[in-house]
Amino acid sequence: MTLATLSLTQLRQKLLAREISPADIVRDLAARRDAVDPAIGAYLRFDADRALADALHADISLPLGGIPVALKDNINTTGDLCTCASRFLANFRSPYDATVTRKLRAAGAILLGRCNMDEFAMGSSTENSALQPTRNPWDTQRVPGGSSGGSAAAVAADTAIVSLGSDTGGSIRQPAAFCGVVGLKPTYGRVSRYGLVAFASSLDQIGPFAGSVEDAALLLHAIAGPDPMENTSRPIPVPDYTAALTGHVEGLRVGIPKEYFVEGLDPEVASAVRAAIDWFANHGARVTEVSLPHTPAATAVYYIIATAEASANLARFDGVRYGHRAPDAKDPLDLYRRSRAQGFGPEVKRRIILGTYVLSSGYYDAYYNRAQKVRQLIRRDFTTAFESCDIILAPTTPTPAFRAGEKTADPLQMYLADIFTIAANLAGVPALSLPCGFSSCGLPIGLQIIGPHFAEETLFRAAHAYEQAHPWKDRKPAL
Amino acid sequence: MSASTLDVAYVADLARIDLAPDEKALFQKQLADVLGYVNQLQKVDISSVPDTPIDPHLPTNVLRLDEIRPGLPTADALANAPAQANSLITAPKIVE
Repeated sequence: MTLATLSLTQLRQKLLAREISPADIVRDLAARRDAVDPAIGAYLRFDADRALADALHADISLPLGGIPVALKDNINTTGDLCTCASRFLANFRSPYDATVTRKLRAAGAILLGRCNMDEFAMGSSTENSALQPTRNPWDTQRVPGGSSGGSAAAVAADTAIVSLGSDTGGSIRQPAAFCGVVGLKPTYGRVSRYGLVAFASSLDQIGPFAGSVEDAALLLHAIAGPDPMENTSRPIPVPDYTAALTGHVEGLRVGIPKEYFVEGLDPEVASAVRAAIDWFANHGARVTEVSLPHTPAATAVYYIIATAEASANLARFDGVRYGHRAPDAKDPLDLYRRSRAQGFGPEVKRRIILGTYVLSSGYYDAYYNRAQKVRQLIRRDFTTAFESCDIILAPTTPTPAFRAGEKTADPLQMYLADIFTIAANLAGVPALSLPCGFSSCGLPIGLQIIGPHFAEETLFRAAHAYEQAHPWKDRKPAL
Repeated sequence: MSASTLDVAYVADLARIDLAPDEKALFQKQLADVLGYVNQLQKVDISSVPDTPIDPHLPTNVLRLDEIRPGLPTADALANAPAQANSLITAPKIVE
């Protein structure tokens, strides 16, 4: 019996009962990782020796005491590599801890290893990693989703108990759906991004991956809250999320947005999500149709705003202060141009170029300013919808996990993999994905629950009640 | 707004990225496709949206107290520098 397949909650109970030690958990995860990760590639680095040393000093009286946590490789941890799966940062070592890292340490967690991702979090399949591929534990011919594909695949393959990812347009929820785990993008401002390598600062948010809703709630509790180092973090108290896990949805007002049930939605995904909606209706929730009329514009808005912000954020990678430097540059401009040419992969270059273009003189109003205004309309859609409902239910993705290589030649098709997740980032609202069934070929399907700003408790309540009645999480990939 | 107005070579130069000829040709086509897609925004009616958004959930400016706190030690700040001398980062010279 391995501890690697147990939940955070179960492991905490065993730790507190002194049935097991933190080192036992680390050893079992290391053995599991050695056995299955060569076929998955979720981890870029896994330091079992250090985790074992840390396990010996773990204080199990703390909320996450003795629990190993895996991190996406864009979250800084003092002295460790933080590559963003980019050649540009292949040798970069973090000079300081991200706030989430500091909070995890303070909560007693053990830092376990670093998960693969699309380079600089730009992608929907983890195929844009410059370092290695990651495959879906349910079918290794398929992608795990992205950009936090490693963090999702590690939890799905039981090589991590829980992990952190980041979500700019769906990069937690889409891989959570593809890998059959729970993933939450918190409200913009709920979790500090200090020490997260910035991609699109008006959209980025760090959030948890877990095997169950309760575990995700415990992990969010540990990392959430205001931070003097991050001026978009909001001074709103962090509630005890587990207190919201009542197991019932009676009286909950559930909105179904008709714009999410459109052509292109896989019939098996549609029927799994419809069945989940029926369950809510049959268990005391009041289900009504709502409209988010600007949904079809969300992907276009996103690829203007996110690339514009990326072009500014990634200007810091110039070969001067850290990261890759092209040898023998004859002047500063030559240094910038060649360092960036050599250090960035194709998707990063494409997005920087697109972002530079939409901000450039003569095109700013037509693209960037217009996208910002449509973004306001998308935010308004949610504000209006949440006047008549407490949560919105929708599919997380239009299809289950696609095959490796299927979309790599056509960036636009890859971008359209995110059509259902992007709007929550543009509006800043929290959204969670949890398993709601399997396709006929055994691939997980994700149900997305979207709530108003800072309504994470309501999302957890609804997701947990559904999960209690539908133990999809007990089904495990054959590895 | 026509997608053909994106000159990849020109914009890559603005973005300080050297592109190989085959990359230029590939990105020109791929980004034309993406711009063709995002041009759907030209059809959205934005007449009701004010220039400055009014939204209680947007972040407001927050300032820390202006007090002295420990900073990053010089050695740590320079640890990732590709080249350094005398506690400074070295780089190609800018002026002749």
